[in-house]
Parts: sequence; structure tokens; C-alpha cells
Amino acid sequence: MSVTTETLQTVQSVTEGTYKWGFETDIEMEFAPKGLNDDIIRFISARKGEPEWLLEWRLRAFKAWQAMSEPRWAAVKYPPIDYQDAYYYAAPKQRPKSLDEVDPELLRTYEKLGIPLKEQEWLAGVTTSPDGTERAPVAVDAVFDSVSVATTFKERLEKEGIIFCSISEAVREHPELVRKYLGTVVPPADNFYAALNSAVFTDGSFVYIPKGVRCPMELSTYFRINAKGTGQFERTLIIADAGSYVSYLEGCTAPMRDENQLHAAVVELIAHDDATIKYSTVQNWYPGDAEGKGGIYNFVTKRGACRGARSKISWTQVETGSAITWKYPSCILQGPDSVGEFYSVAITNNFQQADTGTKMIHLGPRTKSTIISKGISAGRAQNTYRGLVRISPRAVGARNFTQCDSLLIGDRCGAHTVPYIENRCMSAKVEHEATTSRIAEDQLFYCRQRGLSEEDAVGLIVNGFCREVLKELPMEFAVEAQKLLQISLEGSVG
Amino acid sequence: MLKIEGLTATVDGKPILKGIDLEIPSGEVHAVMGPNGSGKSTLAYVLAGREGYEVTGGSATWDGHDLLSMEPEERAAAGLFLAFQYPVELPGVGNATFLRTALNAIRRARGEPELDAMQFLKLARQRMRELSMPEDMLKRSVNVGFSGGEKKRNEILQLALLRPKFAVLDETDSGLDIDALRIVADGVNAMRGPDFAALVITHYQRLLDYIVPDRVHVLMNGRIVRSGGPELAKELESEGYAAIQARAA
Repeated sequence: MSVTTETLQTVQSVTEGTYKWGFETDIEMEFAPKGLNDDIIRFISARKGEPEWLLEWRLRAFKAWQAMSEPRWAAVKYPPIDYQDAYYYAAPKQRPKSLDEVDPELLRTYEKLGIPLKEQEWLAGVTTSPDGTERAPVAVDAVFDSVSVATTFKERLEKEGIIFCSISEAVREHPELVRKYLGTVVPPADNFYAALNSAVFTDGSFVYIPKGVRCPMELSTYFRINAKGTGQFERTLIIADAGSYVSYLEGCTAPMRDENQLHAAVVELIAHDDATIKYSTVQNWYPGDAEGKGGIYNFVTKRGACRGARSKISWTQVETGSAITWKYPSCILQGPDSVGEFYSVAITNNFQQADTGTKMIHLGPRTKSTIISKGISAGRAQNTYRGLVRISPRAVGARNFTQCDSLLIGDRCGAHTVPYIENRCMSAKVEHEATTSRIAEDQLFYCRQRGLSEEDAVGLIVNGFCREVLKELPMEFAVEAQKLLQISLEGSVG
Repeated sequence: MLKIEGLTATVDGKPILKGIDLEIPSGEVHAVMGPNGSGKSTLAYVLAGREGYEVTGGSATWDGHDLLSMEPEERAAAGLFLAFQYPVELPGVGNATFLRTALNAIRRARGEPELDAMQFLKLARQRMRELSMPEDMLKRSVNVGFSGGEKKRNEILQLALLRPKFAVLDETDSGLDIDALRIVADGVNAMRGPDFAALVITHYQRLLDYIVPDRVHVLMNGRIVRSGGPELAKELESEGYAAIQARAA
């Protein structure tokens, strides 16, 4: 009927104007020569002043990568990537020592990127909203291209013994910690992109929360891919020692380009006895233009190890960007009574493709996992949920609950669900529910008759659909996420 | 005043309304009665602007504004309200959120200041007390798990909150017991006044004992075949539609 005809018409009329963060920043940059080989890796390692053991680690990863072949099993289509046709290192020429020294052009970029992620206030440590309400401070590590440029609230956190800094700095200041944990959750040879990342990662965030400490504020890293032709290979490592708690927010944007850019990050989380790590992502990469040209390839390996008894790792994500998304934030539930959670909203519009989901690996007894996945497809997008629940023979009394719901807008998009359940323990309980629905014409008419525009109506209904997931987001992200849902569906209805 | 002149409309290519003439001045409540298939709901949807209901001729204006050229939400902002026969469910959308968003959308379109959450809640609670509705209805998702009666009462709650200038009630009485019927009627009657007009569409005369209309029209086969005072409804009940049709021929 009319709703779907208009969907098609409007999809064709969506222009770059819809994606507000598509501008570039003019900054003096330094690049490694194009291409990927042993020398480039030595170049990167030398530029960062890394110790020998880390260079060796990189080179071993690179060797492993060369022996691997690119995986093609995901339900996503893209032209072959030429790994030699990219820069693997791009850094601002000036390395600032403090926020005051940060290139004003850089700060202007952050200013332009503005309110949605509030990083400008966060970077300035502002704790009062424009409307005068008090807000909890958020510590921010700002990464521009592959390099961390500033971290706020460092001293405040240091008082509690919390380490929050760039990985490069952690390698210099806390090498024993990095060496102990790096690559223990995602070994370099784990998969093609993890191997690539292990060889050429340039920066990322490092967090260590000492025993019994509850991190007093949200920690956040803000990534921006700016330089042309570069890939982004950040590496994040978060360790929560026994009895500690941390909530971490990851957010990112990228300018619009005709070529595709590769984002192959690795995130490793380790939770010890009675520790909790909450990891939230609101992802708004450039999705490609309305014809499907350009956009970010988001091929990420994220994994959390619940090593300790009663430990808990919770992944919450809202994905609205990327030309292609291929990621499965996972939990390895080793410790007895440990808990893994995955809450996700993935929106695909125009020509986006997503093959995303999670893996919950139950190893220890009485481990619990909860998966709530909401997929929304519009335009000609294809959205696939791929989930694995694996229960090993020793995971006595393990429980999983999975709910994956799909919402289709228009009739040219697709939603697919591929659940894998491997249960090798008789006393374990696995529950799986799935629904597929469309936004019905009569629902839209009901809202419009009450005074709402069609877009407001779609926004309201979509937010209602995603409510269970959105309420898991920390305050700072919840409002932005709702706005993002609305923006990413702009033009999906006539 | 609602003025409908020579209105014809088709649904899926089939002609349903075959020439409707109707005038409802502000301050009056008119009833439209008719057998199944006569075009009652079609009239309601055409006035509200639902897709799939195509106007093939004639006009409908409210206070001189051409309703038929306006989008559904523009008609709502102009003061039109439709109480649905089958109110639809909106999973995950809280009733309070929905009502506040709708109210503020209309206020915005009229250039009136919007209500914040607290102000809205106060207003909502007041109206709900007047309608004897339990407060927990606000917390539930719109119409999800509501009984037939609760859905109809939710429509009337929206009517009471949005304060339209012209309301079309599409078989609001269907599926209601006497008590629910009284509550719905009280809600509509509370709105009556010089700035309010209503078109009550119904099958049965019973509702009109509680919402006494100023005029009654009989709709048959897409045309209004007879109009009269409230006593016409009683005549219909005792004689049936066929007799009325025969007399009108």
C-alpha cells in the first residue's frame, strides 16, 4: 500500500545531508607509507616507542594473519578488500601533553560533533547541563584517528587506584598488567581480523579497576576516523579485579567518503570474582550513501571473560551506522554462577547489511545468560541475527534465555535469524523466542489521527519496540540513542 | 460547523459513499445510524483521512477549512478526533507517553505551550478520576492487553485530554456493558458545549438514551435517506431499517 511505495521513493531521495557528522578536519597528519608488511609494523612499533616484547607479539600476529584466509561465511556482501591499498598509521603531527595543548582545530572538530555525545562538555569536565541540571561527570579518552589525544579526570580516578588511559600509555606505565592480560581473551590467531588488529593496532583504551572499587563515574572513549584511506584498528582492554564495578561507554563517528573504510577493533574484557563490567556502545558510523557507496566496514571482535565466580559482563549496543556490520560481542562464562548479558538494537536502512549477534559460552556451573536482540530493517537493508549458545558438559544447571525480535519497515528489506544452540548438559535450560512484525498501517494511522506526524509515529513505535534494550543504557546514552533511532529511520517512511 | 456536500468515496475501487450531504453546527451532537455495509465507518475514515479510502467527489469542510486536502495529523490539529471502533495496540509504547506526545503535538500545532511530564500527569489524573478509570492504565502499553471495554474507555480518555472541537465516534458502544456505556456517555456529554460538535455512529439505539442527539440521520447504501429528531432512533428500533428504507423510497 501507500506506506511502502513512499518508503521506496524516500529511500532514493536520502542524501548525505541526513548524516550530520560527515565533515572532515584539516589537521597536519603524519602517515606511514601505504601497504602492509613487516617494515610497516616495525614503523608503527617504533613510532610508539614500544618495548621489544610487544613488537615480537605484533610480528607473530602478522605471520599468523598472512597464513589465514579472509572469512566469507557471514550473510553480507562486499567487494574484496585490498589490504595493501591503505595506510596503517595516521597520527596528528603534534602530540599534545595536555588538553590545553590540543590543536584548536581538533577541539573545533569535537565541538562540531557536539551535543549528541556531549564529549565537549565531558572533555571540559562540565557537570551542569545547558538547562541547569546536575549531571554526573564522565571521564573521556578522546581518540582522533588512531591516536589517543586526551583523557579527562585522570587524577580523580588515580586517587581510587583506577587506571584509565590509552593502551600506548599503559604499555609504557603498566607493562606488567598489559602483558598479563593482552591477547588472553582474544588470542591473535583467533580470527582473520583479530590477527590483523593484533599486528597493526595503534591505540585504544586501557582500564584497570582495583579490588573492591566501584568506579565513581562512567568511562568513555570517543573515536573518530578522519584521515582518508586509513583503517581504524583500536584495541581496548578492561580488567575488573575482584569485587569491582565499571560502566564503560564506547561511541564513534566518521566523515563521509566514497571509499569504504575498515574498522577492525578488538575489545577484551576480564571480570574476576564478584566483579561487574557494563559495556555500552552507541554506534553511528557513516552508513554509505543512499546508493550503498562508501561507508564503514565494521568487523569487530569483542569478547568478555567472566573468569571469577559470580562475575558479570553485560553488553548493550545500539547500532545504526556502518555499511556493513559484522560483530558478535561474546561472553565466556567460566566462573561458577557468572552471568553474561547481551542487549542489542540494530537498525539497517537503505543498503546497509548487518550480520550481528552474540556468543554465550557456558563453561562453569549455574552460569546464566540473557540475550535480547531487536533488529529493525528498512529500505533495502538486510539484518541478520546470528547467535550461539554453547553449553559445555560441566555447565551444570546453566540457563539461557534468548529473545530476538525483528521489525520490518516497507517491503524491500529483510530480517533473518540464525540461532545456534549447542547444549551438552542435561540439567541446563535453554529458552529461545523470536517474533517478526511490521509497523502496521493502522498503527501509523492511529498515531497520526492523534496529531503525530508519520515520522514521529514511526519513532514512537520503534522506541516502544526497543524499550527493553534502551532501558539498559546508561542515562548518558539513553537520550542520544532514542534520537539516533529517529534520525536513522528518517526517510524510511514517506 | 462540519459541512459535507455531495461526498462520494470508494474503498478498493468499490463505491461506498454515494453522495452524502450533512451539516453539523458547533454545539450539536448528531447520530448516524444504519445497517452493516451502509458506509458508516467509511464516512468516519474519510473524514479522518485514512489511506485506502478514496474521495471521488464532493467536499467536507470544518469551519470553512477543506478537511479533505489535509493530512491526518493536520486534521487532528484543526480539532478533529476519531474514536476508533477497533482501537489498535502499540506494544512497548506507554499510554502516558503516547497521550502526552499526542497532546503536545496538537498544542504545538496550535501554537500553545507544551506540557511537561508533571503537568501532564496532573491533568491526566484529573480526567481519569472524572471517568472512573484506574490510574494504572497510564502505565500500561497503549491498548495492549486491554479488554474491549477498557479500549473504548481509553478512547474516551484521549477525547477528554485532547479536547477536540469535533469528534467522530465510530460505534463506540459496541462490546460495552451498561456500566461502561454510562462512563463513555458521561465522558462525551461532559464535552458538550458551544465549541464542541460530535458525530455519533451507532447500530443500536441504546447509546442514544445516554447521549441524546440533537439530530438523527439514517445512512443506507451510501446515502442519507432520512433525518429527524431523537425520536427517529426509537422509530428505527421498533420498525427496523427495511421499513424506513421502504418509506423513504
